Amino acid sequence: MDEDREDPRGALVRPYAVTRGRTEPARDIAIEAILVTTFRGRQEAMYAGRDKHNIAMMCDGRPQSLAEVAARMRMPLGVTRVLVSDMTVDGLLSLHETLDEENYDDRLDMLERVLSGLRRL
Amino acid sequence: MDFAGYEGTAPQPSPDQIKSAKILLAGGFGVGKTTLVGSVSEITPLTTEAVMTAASRGVDEIADVPDKTTTTVAMDFGRITIAADLILYLFGTPGQTRFWFMWDELNRGAIGAIVLVDTRRLTDSFSSIDFFEDRKVPYVVAVNLFDQAPRHDPEEIRDALTLPADVPLVLCDARNRESSKQVLITLVEYVMAVHLYGRSAVGSGRNVG
Repeated sequence: MDEDREDPRGALVRPYAVTRGRTEPARDIAIEAILVTTFRGRQEAMYAGRDKHNIAMMCDGRPQSLAEVAARMRMPLGVTRVLVSDMTVDGLLSLHETLDEENYDDRLDMLERVLSGLRRL
Repeated sequence: MDFAGYEGTAPQPSPDQIKSAKILLAGGFGVGKTTLVGSVSEITPLTTEAVMTAASRGVDEIADVPDKTTTTVAMDFGRITIAADLILYLFGTPGQTRFWFMWDELNRGAIGAIVLVDTRRLTDSFSSIDFFEDRKVPYVVAVNLFDQAPRHDPEEIRDALTLPADVPLVLCDARNRESSKQVLITLVEYVMAVHLYGRSAVGSGRNVG
């Protein structure tokens, strides 16, 4: 990655080469959304290219958010979102819900759980 | 590729549904956002970079292709596993106005926000407060008590920030886990109160700590 830093374009151009130039994800994924490798992902991600394989290994049995995947892969968020989004469409990763989709009661229930969890810390 | 930070955890069977939530942490440069994240996070704070492209015009008339400038916005974040099926993330967000384009994405679905304040640079936090007021994102103000910072009466700080009466103001030490934890608890309690009773009913002049 070091040579990337010498070329200011590198940081932008190289990662999007990973996505074959695509900058729009197939589906929107929140930065905190949890990703877990599916059974299929465990079997098949190795044929999906090195980056996807690495992501599948990372999220296998260890739920990780999009932000964590991006940070650990050392890839910009936008690039990671494209890759991860493809992987969920292909059934290699399962995508979990965020608060965005919650109704009033579910949100209140979640807030109560977060509050008691924080008090236990 | 960085597999550090798993801290030796073996793969576990995952619950069918794992919900995640986030809290935003805003404030000026050097106010202690990363310190606060680090004091409560179960993982060493990670950094994610969003690469932004902005067209800059009128700089170079020779080229027909519009010149693009890229900005990398770094966000530090931490994680607190509340339960096997509920994970909370804490995102430190850049406080500078020119990075606000990414705040709307961050706001979406967030529990709420913490505006971390340094009393020596109160004006740095005005823009964050205005932003969350404008977007109707519930927030609390946490005053980070640096050793060398002058101590003020919380009421004076509230007045100086022209903080609405219902917004809690907390004094904290971002280095201290218990203190940082209390800031998060204050936010979640406030968000619940607003959720249940509405902002106008929540009350006034709540200073904590």
